[in-house]
Amino acid sequence: MSTTNSSEDRVERRQGSWTLRIRAAMERNLPLDHLLPDRQPYYVGSWVYVFGVITIAALVWVIGSGVVLSFFGPQWWHDSGTGRFFNSLHFWSVQLFFIAMVLHLWGQYFMAGWRDGRAATWMIGVVIFGISVLTAFTGYLSQQDFASQFIAINAKDAMNSAGIGSFFNVLNFGQMYGLHVMLLPIGITFLVVAHLVLVRARGVVLPIDPEGGPRS
Amino acid sequence: MGRTQEDYYRGVRMAPYDLVKELVVALAGVGILALIVAGALSSPDVAPATIATWSHQDQVDFVTTASGELAGSTISAAYGPPYNSVGAGQSWGPIAPQRWFGVRIPVNSANAFVIQPLQRASFSNRPLRAALSAWLGASVGQQGKWLDTYTKALTKATVQGAAVRVAPGDYGPLPQMMSSLLGIAQDGGLDGLLVSPGRFYQTDYTQPLLFMGDGGYLAGLADKSHLTGSLWGMMNETGSYPGQTWLWLYTMWYQIPPFTSVSGVLGINSSNADLMVIILMTVLTAALALVPFIPVLRDIPRWVPIHRLVWRDYYRPKGHDPAQSG
Repeated sequence: MSTTNSSEDRVERRQGSWTLRIRAAMERNLPLDHLLPDRQPYYVGSWVYVFGVITIAALVWVIGSGVVLSFFGPQWWHDSGTGRFFNSLHFWSVQLFFIAMVLHLWGQYFMAGWRDGRAATWMIGVVIFGISVLTAFTGYLSQQDFASQFIAINAKDAMNSAGIGSFFNVLNFGQMYGLHVMLLPIGITFLVVAHLVLVRARGVVLPIDPEGGPRS
Repeated sequence: MGRTQEDYYRGVRMAPYDLVKELVVALAGVGILALIVAGALSSPDVAPATIATWSHQDQVDFVTTASGELAGSTISAAYGPPYNSVGAGQSWGPIAPQRWFGVRIPVNSANAFVIQPLQRASFSNRPLRAALSAWLGASVGQQGKWLDTYTKALTKATVQGAAVRVAPGDYGPLPQMMSSLLGIAQDGGLDGLLVSPGRFYQTDYTQPLLFMGDGGYLAGLADKSHLTGSLWGMMNETGSYPGQTWLWLYTMWYQIPPFTSVSGVLGINSSNADLMVIILMTVLTAALALVPFIPVLRDIPRWVPIHRLVWRDYYRPKGHDPAQSG
């Protein structure tokens, strides 16, 4: 009798607890051996899968160098040799980030990586690409050099024509810099984590049109 | 998804894999490459143009631009939303987002770039105060006549020392006003006055950039740096550094009809190219995000055998599968 009551209590407690529900969903969809796998399908050995990891690695360097730059402030990267070096590190990390991300995107396209319930992973990836373009754009506007001036004067017409310029003023350094160092990187980081969680939860997609079914 | 990963991969041979090692190696590799390139190639840092350098290096262009602000003939003076309501802004049929949001960043070019800076400087300058009074007291018609003759005279203006000289004529107070404005600019005063009048801290460069954009000096520097629109504009960077190459598709539309055409097609032409390119890129980006649901686009990977190259071990006949023999 007491055993039954205890079991009913547990079931009732489990049904009423949001925490337990989330924990159960996490245990079901993202166990640790999926999050940090030590085994993968053998076809993951293809070189195409490297681009995703390189994109993440470049993002880490972009954020790391960006944190240093934002800590010391805009004058530092113009007036100091060390600041100039960190600005260069940031600049080239961004170039590597985009090269790897574009190769990853095209790789996933030609592998049709959205199959078997992975559409959300693809869509989040495209949104990350879009926000990355916007983040880089605000970065070029925040350089405080001649290119920033030229880009701002030209870009304002596109932004204004679409009504965006009323709220996103590319001629306002303070607004562009704030978006570049704070809100947009937070957005990218959050979406990259979501993207990775989905990749790990669902696993990599099977190859297209397996002839004769999956091979052992 | 419904199925677990174990169900999904049933029958697929699994191989040892070290995720953390792969990430650490990638971090080290990318870091070493970025450090080497940063140390060897540095990064772009061409000093920005200032109103002071503009007024020193191209006095006639500066005075012509300032006169244009008074005449309302410059880009910013006739722009429209979000700066003023003079121009209509770009539209495509009933789609006119530039007008929908109205004037949210008000800029009166004549007042902001010419009259107000002169008023600030006129406290200790009696001739300038008199000139300003004459200008502000004149009728719009009289101001227009002065501006018309002065602007024509500026096409044959000469530079003597730091000043602009025009042939004698009835220009009213304009020579005095422009001479004073040029002096303020050359002293660096206009750079500060336009950033954020009345405030100590400043991060908004809307006014000085609009003013400089109205002149030909900054555009000339951009042309020398190969940054202009005909050379794919915003995609470029000063020097030999890579710019925003990922904007190639966005920039490409500005190079081809109907976006370059005056007559255009279906109301799409060079006068509303900015709006149409933004709309087009929004549609294309949405299409990219929705590829998994769009027939043909989602089928292309099956038709183009790149996946056979990516997964060549997988598609290799069983007898030749190195994964099996290993």
